[in-house]
Amino acid sequence: MDLSGVYTEMIAEHNKSGRNKKHLVEPTIVLKGRNPSCGDEISLELKVCNGVIEDAAFTGIGCAISQASTSMMIDLIRGQNVEKAQEFIDTFLGMIKREITDDDDLEILDEAIALKNISNMPARVKCAVLSWHTLESAIKDEK
Amino acid sequence: MPNEYIKDFPILQKPMNGKSLVYLDNGATTQKPLSVIQAVDDYYTTFNANPHRGAYDLSVKATEIYEGARETVQKFIGAANSYEVIFTKNATESLNLLAYSYGMNFIESGDEIVISIAEHHSNLVPWQQVAKAKGATLKYIYLDSVGRITQQEIDAKITDKTKIVAVTQVSNVLGIINPIADIVKKAHSVGAIVIVDGAQSVPHFKVDVQALDIDFLVFSGHKMLSPMGIGVLYGKEALLDKMPPFLCGGDMIDYVWEQETTFAPLPAKFEAGTQNVGGAAGLAAAIEYIGKIGFDKIEAIEADLIQYAIPKLKALPYITLYGSDDLSVKTGVIAFNVADIHPHDVSTILDADGVAIRAGHHCAHPLMQYLGVNATCRASLYFYNTREDVDKLIDSLSRVRGVLGYGS
Repeated sequence: MDLSGVYTEMIAEHNKSGRNKKHLVEPTIVLKGRNPSCGDEISLELKVCNGVIEDAAFTGIGCAISQASTSMMIDLIRGQNVEKAQEFIDTFLGMIKREITDDDDLEILDEAIALKNISNMPARVKCAVLSWHTLESAIKDEK
Repeated sequence: MPNEYIKDFPILQKPMNGKSLVYLDNGATTQKPLSVIQAVDDYYTTFNANPHRGAYDLSVKATEIYEGARETVQKFIGAANSYEVIFTKNATESLNLLAYSYGMNFIESGDEIVISIAEHHSNLVPWQQVAKAKGATLKYIYLDSVGRITQQEIDAKITDKTKIVAVTQVSNVLGIINPIADIVKKAHSVGAIVIVDGAQSVPHFKVDVQALDIDFLVFSGHKMLSPMGIGVLYGKEALLDKMPPFLCGGDMIDYVWEQETTFAPLPAKFEAGTQNVGGAAGLAAAIEYIGKIGFDKIEAIEADLIQYAIPKLKALPYITLYGSDDLSVKTGVIAFNVADIHPHDVSTILDADGVAIRAGHHCAHPLMQYLGVNATCRASLYFYNTREDVDKLIDSLSRVRGVLGYGS
């Protein structure tokens, strides 16, 4: 196993920086996501107005992969409408499940493509997808 | 120092991620020696039939193997009678049997069940369910600052209302040996029974149920060289006798009428359906293998490894160790964290070097809450580990922070 393909600089940077790890002033949605098997827990905060995710942030504890994945997701969805957010979710989960493999199709994920190699690590897939599943639950009533 | 036992374990000869395997997750399950694998193989190759049923040679032989394994377990744990040894699938099933058969029938509203905060979920959730169903109180013995149970805490929590005390003999996270004799003394003085979870103790040192005067002991075969799917419940005859069956079906009955059933005597009363005879054969072979080495030797190897590992871990400034390292109360389980790095990332990075450790909450959420951590890393040793394994662990740990862009 090549660790540099898993813990890329991008993942390490997102994990360390914590720039999306904070509370929002007036979130409209706060939803917890848990990984019961590993004890990881994130709390996703969204400010959604008229179907647009104006801001997003998160708090919680988790491994570098789950923290970086959440941070990258927040960068992607900030300022987007919920339909677009759902497109990101479908593409990301498709990438991790190896249902979407063409780099052109994955391009919209931007930095989150760095997590593609997690699809080869069954033990860590749940870390990568935690925040995306949480987001999907959070926005399902906003569409 | 070469380890003379590694050659007996086929899996330890195989590479992991291209490196030789450093298996440090023995608290989760141990590897199996060839003699155990062969005992299971022999059973299915040569002796397989349904025990207790057929009046033909093969079934008689299968019965002999199964009941012989029971006697092997009886001697191993010092039980007075072989019928006080009930085969289950693992410690979890043994504890559920006790919760449902003993707890649900003999616990009443207002009674107290006492467990420790260091319990594995398997010795916690069943009692939580009993307490909820019967209107009883579930009380916790807490630990001192280094993870030990004190006499003061025993005296404070076990009261005249206590009916069951269920504690682990060794914490699966901290590796600390609990003072079972002191707990038994206090519990019996108030008329409570004592259930000991031996999953992390029975594989590592001699546990004698009569010497300890414990009422029930549970353990899993797979944590002591046996196949998965075979475990043990030991209980004192008088207690097992008064308990109703847990599972009902074939082989546990005396006679069945349309509306009534009388039950078989011990141990069959608690062994409904066809049992894991191959697993029992494997467990007996595991006990024989452990017997050949001897617990003195096993304890000496584990103590040497712990004494070697702890100072090396302490020398790494970014490592936090949990629990006492006083060898008189410590087995070969080491819980630790690496500063700034989540245990799962530690485990993944170590895995790349062929080092297998456990990361997470170790099925002990309340203990994690008590320790104020979300998760930990855990290295757990057995007699086939070596100082070289510890060196590889330390080497690999020293690379972890760098991989995630932190300085050392």
